[in-house]
Amino acid sequence: MSLRVYDLAHSRTGDKGNTANISVICYQEKDWEFLQRELTPERVMEAFRHIARGPVRRYELRNLKAFNFVIDNALGGGVTVSLAQDIHGKSLCSVMLGIELPDREPTAALR
Amino acid sequence: MSGRDTVRIGSGAGTSDDRMTPALELAERGDIDYLVFECLAERTVARENFARTQDPGKGYSPSLPERLRMVLPACIGKGIRIVSNMGAANPVGGARAARREARELGLGDIPVAVVLGDDVSTIVRSRPELRILENGEPLESILPRIVSANAYLGADVICEALATGAQIVLTGRVADPSLFLAPMMHEFGWSYDDLPKIAQGTAAGHLLECTASVTGGCFGWPGKKDVPDMARIGYPFADVKPDGSISIGKTPGSGGRLDVMTCTEQQIYEIHDPTAYITPDCVLDITHIRLTQEAKDRVRVEGAMARPRTDTYKVTVGYTDGYIGEGEVSYGGIDAVARAKWAADIVKERLRLRGFTYEDFRVDLIGISSLHGDTGDRPESYEVRLRMAGRSPNRLAAHAIGFEVRAMHLNGPGGAGGACEPRVRDVLAVKSLLLPRQLVKTQVVVEGSL
Repeated sequence: MSLRVYDLAHSRTGDKGNTANISVICYQEKDWEFLQRELTPERVMEAFRHIARGPVRRYELRNLKAFNFVIDNALGGGVTVSLAQDIHGKSLCSVMLGIELPDREPTAALR
Repeated sequence: MSGRDTVRIGSGAGTSDDRMTPALELAERGDIDYLVFECLAERTVARENFARTQDPGKGYSPSLPERLRMVLPACIGKGIRIVSNMGAANPVGGARAARREARELGLGDIPVAVVLGDDVSTIVRSRPELRILENGEPLESILPRIVSANAYLGADVICEALATGAQIVLTGRVADPSLFLAPMMHEFGWSYDDLPKIAQGTAAGHLLECTASVTGGCFGWPGKKDVPDMARIGYPFADVKPDGSISIGKTPGSGGRLDVMTCTEQQIYEIHDPTAYITPDCVLDITHIRLTQEAKDRVRVEGAMARPRTDTYKVTVGYTDGYIGEGEVSYGGIDAVARAKWAADIVKERLRLRGFTYEDFRVDLIGISSLHGDTGDRPESYEVRLRMAGRSPNRLAAHAIGFEVRAMHLNGPGGAGGACEPRVRDVLAVKSLLLPRQLVKTQVVVEGSL
């Protein structure tokens, strides 16, 4: 199985209005730069394309080995009007953890 | 100022529906000085305002009597002060209910300090030109439908209430971290100029405000992030010193875990720009915070930074926005998904034939696509529950959804089972705006005699 965010980090979702914030917290400090390079806002937007309109902003929290992804237009209009079952989007961290990442040491032969 | 070396502030509730007994354990075994109950979600005040319009004595948090009945004997006995936003849309009514509970428990005449001024509905109604933060439209667009407008007050007015000496302080809408920061400011005489201390107190409040979310709740993941004895999960407290040093712990002997991982998840929770988390007390910057494991179930918090508070209050405006109707029915076994999809098409067609339209409509296949949308490549599950939901200004249209889904028993594809009763609920939507501080007049009153 290919490398997923799940293998390197843990995550929690929070909500404010129609915006979700999803943390990505490295288990190990050494993985932070890899995720900084590979877990781009574009890659995250692609994974949430069928759920959220976006945009996605990424904030870096090097001090906590973490990132904070803020995804707009993600919660069906917001907690109070959303027709979704998970109106807070609490389960969305699982989508983040499921994002597949490129192999850490790509072999030159693939090119 | 108390002259105390350390103040211990416990977190007894993190939402109106939070569990009850962990707060009692904190009061009995946690050696705490303050017990904070945070019971107001974004939309709760709007809901309680609605309750108050039905019955002027109501409008405080419905869980207030039960929560206080449980902890009051221990809190009164040990001199633990209670700070809570369970006043919701009627803090004075809440104070009366609290005093009633104390009397009925034989604890005597307990004064309750009440924080007022968060209800800014009159001010807001007279300013239809105010801009809604979410969409930039003038408030005028929802003016006739407004049921509540509440400013997120800060720690300063809660401090005033604590200064009365009343053992219980009840508020309406205040910012969650302010409930925790206020006892620190009160005990140690911190002012808003002590920015590093205000920052530390706000960061600690943010860690504590969701109770179990920092002790292993909303966290556990089997085999990956195990949480011991989750059934008896304990609630957290903060040990705060006059210089602003903070150490987070939890009820001795309780279940759960408290470590750098659980604290990190909670520290980032519901934050957008981590250099600018705006509360009524400061603009918090968590990008230099250090979390350190001091001992088992003990985490030190250092390095929170802040800029001065802004000159506005954030206001949440609640307004009625029609109705949401929903219905559910299940299919299992061979072609379960095909039958569920067929049923959804039939229901939609029948709603159309009846002339109903919806502002928003949604079809969920629970088990496949209800949480994370349809990627089109998920494996088909053995059984599936069809859920249909729609929003409409017309109550009948909302009700018709559940009615037509239930009718799948007799009038739809074969083998439909377990449809629920049609569900309809009033939509209380919320929007935000900013109000200049000087327009908001806060006040502290005491119910009972000190």
